[in-house]
Amino acid sequence: MTASRLACTQNPETSEPRLELFSRFARAINTHSSSFLLSAAVGLAGMSSSSFGETAYVSNEKDNTLSVIDIDSLEVIDTIEVGMRPRGITFNRDFTELYICASDSDAVQVMDMAERRIVADLPSGEDPEQFALHPDDRKLYIANEDNAVVTVVDTRERTVIAQVDVGVEPEGMAVSPDGKWAVNTSETTNMLHWIDTESNELVDNTLVGQRPRHVEFTKDGALLWASSEIGGTVAVVNVADRQIIKTLEFKIPGVHRDRIQPVGIKLTDDGRYAFVALGPANHVAVVDAQSYEILDYLLVGRRVWHLEFDRQGALLLTSNGVSGDVTVIDVEKLKPIKTIKVGRYPWGIAVAP
Amino acid sequence: MLPALAAESLDVRLLYLKQRVERPPALSNIQPPAADSGIAGARLGVSDSNTTGRFLNHHYTIEIVETDSATEAVEAARAGVNQGITLLLADLPAATLLKLSGNSDLGKRSIIFNTTAPDDHLRSADCRAGVLHTLPSRAMLTDALAQFLVARRWNRWLLLRGERAEDGAWVTSMRRSAKRFGGKIIDEKQWSFDTDLRRTAQQELPLFTQGKDYHVTLVADEIGDVGEYVPYNTWLPRPVAGTQGLTPKGWHGVVEQWGAQQLQNRFHEHSDRAMDDRDYAAWVAVRAIAEAVTRTQSTDTAILYTYLLSDEFEIAAFKGRSLTFRNWNGQLRQPIPLVQPRAVVSQSPQPGFLHPRTELDTLGFDEPETDCNFESHL
Repeated sequence: MTASRLACTQNPETSEPRLELFSRFARAINTHSSSFLLSAAVGLAGMSSSSFGETAYVSNEKDNTLSVIDIDSLEVIDTIEVGMRPRGITFNRDFTELYICASDSDAVQVMDMAERRIVADLPSGEDPEQFALHPDDRKLYIANEDNAVVTVVDTRERTVIAQVDVGVEPEGMAVSPDGKWAVNTSETTNMLHWIDTESNELVDNTLVGQRPRHVEFTKDGALLWASSEIGGTVAVVNVADRQIIKTLEFKIPGVHRDRIQPVGIKLTDDGRYAFVALGPANHVAVVDAQSYEILDYLLVGRRVWHLEFDRQGALLLTSNGVSGDVTVIDVEKLKPIKTIKVGRYPWGIAVAP
Repeated sequence: MLPALAAESLDVRLLYLKQRVERPPALSNIQPPAADSGIAGARLGVSDSNTTGRFLNHHYTIEIVETDSATEAVEAARAGVNQGITLLLADLPAATLLKLSGNSDLGKRSIIFNTTAPDDHLRSADCRAGVLHTLPSRAMLTDALAQFLVARRWNRWLLLRGERAEDGAWVTSMRRSAKRFGGKIIDEKQWSFDTDLRRTAQQELPLFTQGKDYHVTLVADEIGDVGEYVPYNTWLPRPVAGTQGLTPKGWHGVVEQWGAQQLQNRFHEHSDRAMDDRDYAAWVAVRAIAEAVTRTQSTDTAILYTYLLSDEFEIAAFKGRSLTFRNWNGQLRQPIPLVQPRAVVSQSPQPGFLHPRTELDTLGFDEPETDCNFESHL
């Protein structure tokens, strides 16, 4: 993270209407006190050691590559070849390794971030699609789409710890912040499967709308948000009893109900907003995460899949599968501010400092 | 031990009835339909439903009966219903299906899923309460094709047809679609080739397709006797569509969008071949039953039937939107892929063809067009 990001988020009222993304760094130096200059210098020093600033990695499902986006300039600065059909991607805790679901290579690949090179394959099971890393920074829960299991892998030993039978076409994965639960969605069975991470056994199921795609815990771990792509809904589930407490529906004027297909979800750390990617409706819904009121729909690229915040939570990036680009949304203003062309069928996004 | 949402165990028993129909000899016999077309789809549906069912303590089983005779098929249904198997998958010709559904004893005690007969009259004049159709009707297929052609502004059509009854039914359906969407059939020709056209197509077909200018050659040849040889052999260099060339299909091995590749892979693993439209119709019938059982926690035929036709029912089935049944004739609403042998060209309904309820109802018989007494059943 660099000083320019701090300047932007702490002083939203001072930012000029447009152009700020391109000139933020300069503006931070021009308009703020010398303490910012100092931290800017620190930021630069930090950059020189890793040779890059904050970056977003985007998996391009149909190009077998990752696009690397510099968060300051919002430009693609590199493209890295990886395994076949890369989808879910996530970092380990200290950002030294990036895990990549290379679905058609039947592998989870490990990229060494110092060299930006694939150094190993994890024994992932067939057709890994999404995964979630346990807070212990070690256990990776992988949804194996083609054979109805969740594989638990020890990323340090690179061994399979367990395989858990789940429903047909497991897809979404999330681990609760306290590490107690791993939750998987199965697209054809229409359930959330609750796996106890102590025993790695399935202990409960929650029936949700058609084709559940993605699950996301609130920061306190009390609630779980789950999207149902074909049902067109998002369920908010109480983790304590695994019951649905609220079902959200979406309506966009001029867009048929059938085209509103919720996929990716992201929740702001402060508990204020939930963002829901609505697939072929080409919009991201902004939801008040307390009242569940839908506040706005933001137009993004075509068939929006997944979402990720930058490290500060000031920007939200969306992967737009059909248009092959990433939309950048200003979280404070709730406005899309830039579109960045990436590879074919961008799918997952992960951000590193 | 697997945890279950509901403790109550349910056994869901299905009966798949297949009447084998003799296939007439066709000139193009390179790719005959699979012998287990339909059956393999039903079996995969049962396997998928059991994967789901084990979390709920629901168990699905299917019994498969194959016969050459209509009478035996009806008798097998009777035996099944008498044993309490009231969910029937009908891989039957239209006449046998009517015999079955018209039998008041059987028709009123079961739900019949038509997975094989595309006949329009089963969805209109001869519709029966208690019969749900998961295979698209011919009208849905020709509407899907007509919308695409009109959207491309290819609206002058030369229609070539075979001599068989089903070719005639296809032509009737295409004429209806032309009228609905503004296509014009400028000429219609029936062939009676009695030579081996495979060796003479290049000489015969250009002459056969001479005439007024047209945008597209339409072919009505359901068994694939001559139609396969029409592309590249027309007098004018025009695309070919219909039962060959660009083809509307309920399902095809090349469909991959909306997660369909996962279903295709799963089917391939089970059956070592591509999934066809009958497999899909049988698969989606089983999945619809399982969805109704899961949501109602019941195997009662009346409860399931009511639920399947209600507004609450919907099913995700790899076509990009939820599928539902029309409550005026029991047809499953569904988008129709338009395919060529190696790729999906388009999927109808086409953008711009509007309907007050759902654009899916621009395909096939709409409510006001259906003189159908589809009253409550059971």
